[in-house]
Order: sequence, then C-alpha cells, then structure tokens
Amino acid sequence: MPKFIHLRSKSSSALSENDVTDEHVYKNRRTLLKQLGFIGASGLLSNKALAGPFDWFKSDDPTPTFKQQALSFTQSNAKNYPIPSTPESIATSYNNFYEFGTAKDDPIKHSQSLSVEPWTLQIDGLVEKPITLSYDDLFKTLDLEERIYRLRCVEAWSMVIPWIGFELGKLIALAQPLSGAKYVAFSTLLSPEQMRGQRNQFVGGGVEYPYVEGLRLDEAMHPLAFLSVGMYGKTLPPQNGAPIRLVTPWKYGFKSIKSIVKISLTDKMPPTSWNRLIPSEYGFYANVNPTVDHPRWSQARERRIEGSSVFDQERVNTQMFNGYPEVADLYKNMDLRKFY
Amino acid sequence: MFIPAPQKPIRVKPRFLTLARISTHAGICLWAVFYFYQAFTGALPGDPVQALLDFTGIGALNLLLISLVVSVLSQHLKFSQLMRFRRTFGVYAAVYGLLHLSTFIAFELQFEWALVVKEIVSRPYILLGFTGLLLLLALLVTSINSIKKRMGPSWQKLHNWVYLALILVNVHFIWSTKSIDLQAIIYASLSTIVLLSKRKKIIRIFK
Repeated sequence: MPKFIHLRSKSSSALSENDVTDEHVYKNRRTLLKQLGFIGASGLLSNKALAGPFDWFKSDDPTPTFKQQALSFTQSNAKNYPIPSTPESIATSYNNFYEFGTAKDDPIKHSQSLSVEPWTLQIDGLVEKPITLSYDDLFKTLDLEERIYRLRCVEAWSMVIPWIGFELGKLIALAQPLSGAKYVAFSTLLSPEQMRGQRNQFVGGGVEYPYVEGLRLDEAMHPLAFLSVGMYGKTLPPQNGAPIRLVTPWKYGFKSIKSIVKISLTDKMPPTSWNRLIPSEYGFYANVNPTVDHPRWSQARERRIEGSSVFDQERVNTQMFNGYPEVADLYKNMDLRKFY
Repeated sequence: MFIPAPQKPIRVKPRFLTLARISTHAGICLWAVFYFYQAFTGALPGDPVQALLDFTGIGALNLLLISLVVSVLSQHLKFSQLMRFRRTFGVYAAVYGLLHLSTFIAFELQFEWALVVKEIVSRPYILLGFTGLLLLLALLVTSINSIKKRMGPSWQKLHNWVYLALILVNVHFIWSTKSIDLQAIIYASLSTIVLLSKRKKIIRIFK
C-alpha cells in the first residue's frame, strides 16, 4: 500500500515538472551567457577548482576516485520526474560529512579510499530476528526502487536528488520489532584510520564519534523513510554515505545519517549527534519547519541549488515538513516549537 | 618578532616599488575577477554561492591581516617603503568585505530586501560581520588623502578602530560555522598574534 503514495503523480512527495527549472529559461540563460562569451572561454578552464589567491589551507593533491557500480532498480516515478534539478556533479561534491572534515569539499577530497567491501549492517535490539547484512545483501535483500526527494539542509540550502534504495520500514519489518520497541537508533561506521575527522576533534567539527541518529519507530516505519544504497543510477559514492544511508526527506539533512553499520530498536529515545553537540540549536525531531527559525538564521526560505553557476540558484519558500504533509499525522498534538 | 632585525634600513629603488604596487593592485583585482568569473560560468565545484562567500570573506580577512602585518614588518625590518602598501591592502580588505556582503545579498538572498534587513538585525553573527564591515568602510572612505589631511589627529583615532574590526570579523567567522571549524580557529590564532604584536600601541589607545 505505502508504495502507491509514490506512484500517484499528484502526491506531494512526487515532484512535478514544475520543480525542475523550465528548459526555456535555462537555455535562455545559457544563451545569454554564451553571447557574453563566458561559456566558450570557460572551456579553457579546468574542471577542478582553481585555488583562490588566499586559500592558504587547501591542498590540491589528486586522489583516486571511488568506483561506483551501476544498479538495477524500478524507475517507479521516472515518468513523473523527467530530470532531477540538482546536477550529480554538485550533489557529489558539496557535502556535509564531518567524518572527512567540515568544509563542503572535504568529503569528496578525503573519502575516496573508503573501503565499503566488506560491510556489515546489523539490525538488532528489541527485535524478534536480528539481521546481519553483508555488502551484497544491501542490494538484494529488498527490491530497489528510485525515489526523487527534496533534500533541505538545516543551513537553508536544498537540492533535489534521485535516490535508489528501499523503505526503511520494510527492512525493520523483516527483523520483526518487539512490542517494547519505541525508537530506532542508527550509527555510522567508526573508523579513525579511514576517517580523518574521527582522528582529530578539530577536523571533525567537535562531533563525538561515531555519528548517531534516531527516529521514533512510527517515523521509521513511515513509507517516506528510505534507506538509500545509490543515487543517479549508481551505488553511492563515499561522500554521500556509501554503502548505505538514511534519507528522511521531511527532516533536515543532518538526520539522514550516512555509512550506517548499525540499526538498533530501543525503548528509550536514543542520543543524536547534533543534539548532543548543540542542544539549543538541534532537536531530536529536526522536522523541516519554516515557522521555527534556527537560533542563528531564518528557516523561512531556502536556496535551491539547481546548477553550478551563481545564476542557477532559486530562492523558494521552505515548506512545512519540506512539502511532505503526509507525515503530519506523526506529530499531531505535539508542540513543534518545543520539539524542534 | 621571528625574523632577526637587519643592521641597516632596507631601501629599494623607486621603480621596483612602483612595479610592486602595480602588481599588488593587479593581483588582488584579477584574482577576484577570475573567481567571480568562475562562479558565473559554473566552473567552481559544489555550491558556487558558498564558494564566493568563502572566497570574499576569507580574502577580506587575509588582506586585513596583511595590512596590519605590513606596519609591524616595516618597523622591524627598518623598511619604511613597505608602509605604502598598508593602505593598499587595507583598502582591498574593505572592498573584499563589500564583495562579501554583496554576494550574500545578490546571490544568497537574491535581493530579498526584507530578509536582508531581518538577517542583519536578528542574526548576531551577521550583525557582528556587518558592524566590522561598516568600520572598514569608514576607514576606506577616510583613506582618501585630502580627507585624511583635513581630519588631522582624529584620523589616527578613527583608524585605531581597525583592531575592533579585526576582532569582530573573527568572531563573525567562528560564529557562522556550525561547530568547531579548523580554518576559523587558525585565523583567530593568527589575529591574536597580530594583536599581541601590536599590544603596546593598543594599550596606548586606552590610556
């Protein structure tokens, strides 16, 4: 049943063509730039960032790129979403993954040698049948499908990303939760040898590692909650959370924990990394909410990154639950100002 | 300081000085032009708006630090000609700061003026950065020779505010990051060293 939510073209979780920049507008802008002579000459520039004049602390050493594999999956909503708004090159080079450093380009620079094979994902805790998934199991335990979701970062920028994976709830159901289970706790790989941010507090932004996240069990069982093993038709690159990561599109991006090794069902609310670091700014729920500002910036609007030029950016209103109202029932009678 | 002081004052030929000044101007200007050009054409990786904000903000801080170090070096090395560069770097620090604010308004908030005002007033770290920039702009305007002359001794008094600007800009940087940021800490440390090297002068301001 839940799956149909994504098949209906008018569902709010389904992005329509309106969400993709109009091709005419896009092309006109390109043409204009071309006429100005920008694009032609830009071909002469290398794709790699040219270091700025005062980038004193940046290194340019080239790193071998992580090998991604093509995936077979159901393109269940391919008809409804012709193309994702955010180019793959941006979604894979602008990341928050503090295990590899706090700068947005640190993850792509410092994660390429992450070893994901072998991998072990454990589902344990208050379940009838604990499950251990190997790397291969991640891709064959459940049927893979594509979902195009909006991703709203707590820093007030957003992207639209085509994920490949399966519903979190389906995996949890396989483990058969016990009646006492109320929450789901997630944990990222702890591997200081591979993750420079875990070796050094200053590189890792002061986060206590391993990174942990959590959901209420009913949130985790919601059909929108998704475990992603791929994006843009391929397995995930390390900077986006290879080999498996959570995607909860109605919550701020930091809830979508990456490179998961453990999913535990518990009876108590589990700790979450950002809440532990700055409780006044980041709560357990972290639902996208334009009416509750971050203490240091407004959450009312967002900048949607649609391309690699400063002109390919769109300012849009942030929507309640990031435009996924079907999750609202999970939070009725809750004061979302208090439970931010 | 860390460099041993030379016995004799350093002096270079005027034409070297002119060449160095032209190169400084050209270098600082072209670098900004080049970076903005890349951001316009989509040649920067990741989010171009954040890249521009980082480039202009950190660039302004670098230039501000250099302009303050120039006078220390000039005295220490007995290289008085170096002092001519202090204003150049200071002026560009303000210009880069202005580019930083302009990028925020034009590309981050895309001229949503109501939001611009709200953000500046209600976000403490933006307010601090904005105050720091206003100070630098005041120094920029009063750097014009005729104004400087007319101001007399009050010029120095006004320009002593540069130390406050440096502190404000650093707090702005540290506060703008989501948690501990190594780069921001390094800049705060460098700034502390610069302020310490000028401690005698700073103490005099308060006397």
